[in-house]
Amino acid sequence: MSTAIESLVNREYQYGFVTDVEADTIPRGLNEDIVRAIAAKKNEPEWMVEWRLKAYRRWLTMTEPHWSNVSYPAIDYQDMIYYSAPKSVKPLASLDEVDPELLRTYEKLGISLTEQKMLAGVAVDAIFDSVSVGTTFKEELGKQGIIFCSFGEAIQNHPDLVQKYLGTVVPHSDNFFAALNAAVFSDGSFCYVPKGVKCPMELSTYFRINAADTGQFERTLIIADEGASVSYLEGCTAPKRSGNQLHAAVVELVALDNASIKYSTVQNWYAGDAEGVGGIYNFVTKRGKCVGVNSKISWTQVETGSAITWKYPSVILQGDNSTGEFYSVAVVNNRQQADTGTKMIHIGKNTKSTIISKGISAGRGNNSYRGQVKVMPRATGARNYTQCDSMLIGNECGAHTFPYIEVQNDSAIVEHEASTSKIGEDQIFYCKQRGLNAEHAISIIVSGFCKEVFQNLPMEFAVEAQQLLGISLEGSVG
Amino acid sequence: MTQPETAVAHYLEAFDGIDGGEADRIRELRRAGMDRFVALGFPTMKNEDWHYTSVAPIATRSFDRTSFPSTVPSTDLDPFLFDSPEWPRLVFVDGWLAPELSNVPPRAGIDVSNLRPSLVDGSVDAALLGTIADHDTVGFTALNTALMQDGAVIRIGANVELETPIHLVFVSAQPVPLAASFPRNLVVLERGARASVIESYFGLRDESYLTVPVTEISLGEGARLEHVKVQNESAVAFHVGTIEAVQQRGSELHSFSYAAGAELSRTNVYTVLNGPGSSCTLNGMYMVSGVQHVDHQTRIVHAQPNTTSREIYKGILDGRSHGVFNGKVYVRPEAQKTDGKQSNNNLLLSDHARVDTKPQLEIFADDVKCTHGATVGRLDEVALFYMKSRGLDAEQARTLLIYAFAADVLETIPVKPVRDALEAAVFARVRGEELQLTSE
Repeated sequence: MSTAIESLVNREYQYGFVTDVEADTIPRGLNEDIVRAIAAKKNEPEWMVEWRLKAYRRWLTMTEPHWSNVSYPAIDYQDMIYYSAPKSVKPLASLDEVDPELLRTYEKLGISLTEQKMLAGVAVDAIFDSVSVGTTFKEELGKQGIIFCSFGEAIQNHPDLVQKYLGTVVPHSDNFFAALNAAVFSDGSFCYVPKGVKCPMELSTYFRINAADTGQFERTLIIADEGASVSYLEGCTAPKRSGNQLHAAVVELVALDNASIKYSTVQNWYAGDAEGVGGIYNFVTKRGKCVGVNSKISWTQVETGSAITWKYPSVILQGDNSTGEFYSVAVVNNRQQADTGTKMIHIGKNTKSTIISKGISAGRGNNSYRGQVKVMPRATGARNYTQCDSMLIGNECGAHTFPYIEVQNDSAIVEHEASTSKIGEDQIFYCKQRGLNAEHAISIIVSGFCKEVFQNLPMEFAVEAQQLLGISLEGSVG
Repeated sequence: MTQPETAVAHYLEAFDGIDGGEADRIRELRRAGMDRFVALGFPTMKNEDWHYTSVAPIATRSFDRTSFPSTVPSTDLDPFLFDSPEWPRLVFVDGWLAPELSNVPPRAGIDVSNLRPSLVDGSVDAALLGTIADHDTVGFTALNTALMQDGAVIRIGANVELETPIHLVFVSAQPVPLAASFPRNLVVLERGARASVIESYFGLRDESYLTVPVTEISLGEGARLEHVKVQNESAVAFHVGTIEAVQQRGSELHSFSYAAGAELSRTNVYTVLNGPGSSCTLNGMYMVSGVQHVDHQTRIVHAQPNTTSREIYKGILDGRSHGVFNGKVYVRPEAQKTDGKQSNNNLLLSDHARVDTKPQLEIFADDVKCTHGATVGRLDEVALFYMKSRGLDAEQARTLLIYAFAADVLETIPVKPVRDALEAAVFARVRGEELQLTSE
């Protein structure tokens, strides 16, 4: 079995290629001029520039946090290029005008825009490096009053909405990486679903890091107005590189009365080679705020890539009867490290949260679940259920669980369960005896282990996620 | 109120004032402890191990290390002896041995004495004292190492089985406020030995005082120790205690920590399963009200294969009290076939009580079975309703449910008189009666 494992483990990253597109970059390093230059390139209004500068000045006073259970060499923030845009950024009437090189990249990734348009009925706002290059289904969404565009466009066309909600969930001063993002973010997605509108399709973007040594600083803002609902998909792959790349994105979700937002992520950025050289540092701040009563925010994530994943998609349950959910599968192999989990902050009455986290460690990877469930004194009737399970494959990996449960209201019911196990030899034996090979058996067992999370993914993502999982763990069992 | 730096300087002064006449290596050990304490200072809430407990009430006062025991009439101890005055016992008053209250009949294969003489002549086991409890990184253990006064040294010879428990009684009775005692105990069970040790902590006066005990435990191959700690300090007292054990092949540690007293208390229970097949059960129960703060931290290190750990801590919190639990389970890469189970359940009886719990698993081996769980909630409305429908009044139903919650873990206490006494104490407290530690 061990040889099968080895061959599987050693499978190369399939999406490691570099698209040769002439990129428009600014000088290396970070200072106020760079912040202004980024804003100028994007032709941003004065209030936006001021906001960026405020964040930049705040960032200067902050120190990089080191409390997570991950280790990496020091990052030189002056040795990065903070903005990179593919040259061809004039507004495009249709996909035909998109650089064919880019389209081929997407095809290699198996996410052809055209194909997706036809088959899946998904509106794709594809982000190639930092600028949105193609937007589809905009018209159809527009008929319903839904705004779905790049962040840059939103600043130009919907400044009132951006000003009203930007930084209300993740303030510019929230943490070191969020402040950095606020100062230098290049682009991202913006979505506003008006009152009472149920978004008729899954909204989706693909992020991709392309130009070498470009930190990518995405910013996403999704607002579901009263009674609205929306499901948003984010998927990522990145080409193979030797230098580590920092990705410090910020995602803000706002759900008003009776609104619901579902945010799904499949993250498969380059994880570095078997010795841990290269790979993406994925330090992301994702947070949703259930502002209104009966609102709901649900995070689903499948994290298979990145050298280091450090993120906690969280929900602030402010409105009475609001609901927060977090479903996560995190896989580490080789020398990958993941410190991920969630925060559920119960503020309103009768708020409910559910956390299901599945961690799989293989090779020499280290996987940590870190979650906080906090019930504030006024959160009468709060309810939380947490389950985090870990699976270890091989004896050089690690699984860690750090739940923080803080309850200040006696009517709260909070439950936390965690387990750690391995794939049993008897399970593999049974599958093999039924005619499956070891690799297939593992794939099936792992799929079963993660079933509760995959069930919460939109259909087309669920398929992709299972495949990713299979690839990530190839060769890891012996 | 003083600054923490002032308090550190105050303890440094106390350290300098310790009269000589002790063996050189004891002086070196004390010096090492003091150096580390000066370097570490008091932990702040930024320290992950103290995230939910502020020791400011301790750090901003200057407690004085007692230099002699107060006089305590033997009848004052009676309520705390679990109706078992016949047990061999050592009584320490304000940290110092009170020979007139102690009674240890000699027995072959068993050596029970106080620490003090062996500090002077240097005969204390150098391989053990100060080597099990970590004074390098744990500030309060460093402080105890620097300022330790007296305590029990228990050695049970190979294959000796002790039927009666040994009772270590630590009583605070200084008539002046801000007294501090630093008991230090060493419990050694050689190969195949079996024993029960009970540590009781209580105060006889309502003065603010500080107790910082450290107990080091060494279990030889196949040894089994039942250890019960009963912390029932006075309501304005402070208690920061550590129990740290190292276990060899096939040994068993059964530890129970009961905490109901003190304004602020912290109990650390640490063990290293350092031999294949060794196992531990760390259970505990805390019951607080008013403005009490109770904190438990446990750490189980599975360092060898086929080791087993079981852990249940339960808390009952009333008034504005604050309960904290942090249970760590480490599984080292070589500790294959580890089997670990941990749970922490908290019952909130008032709107203003607060619980912070952090069960924690850190696993580096793949062939393991580890689970942990934590719950926080109040009494089950349905269960209350059911009992009322069976003719019990609301108060009876409530009392019974709380008692049942506690009895679940209390009944794991291996020493019956202690189990009975603590069950009675919980029952009395739930009914709002005066806390009585004697059994009925």
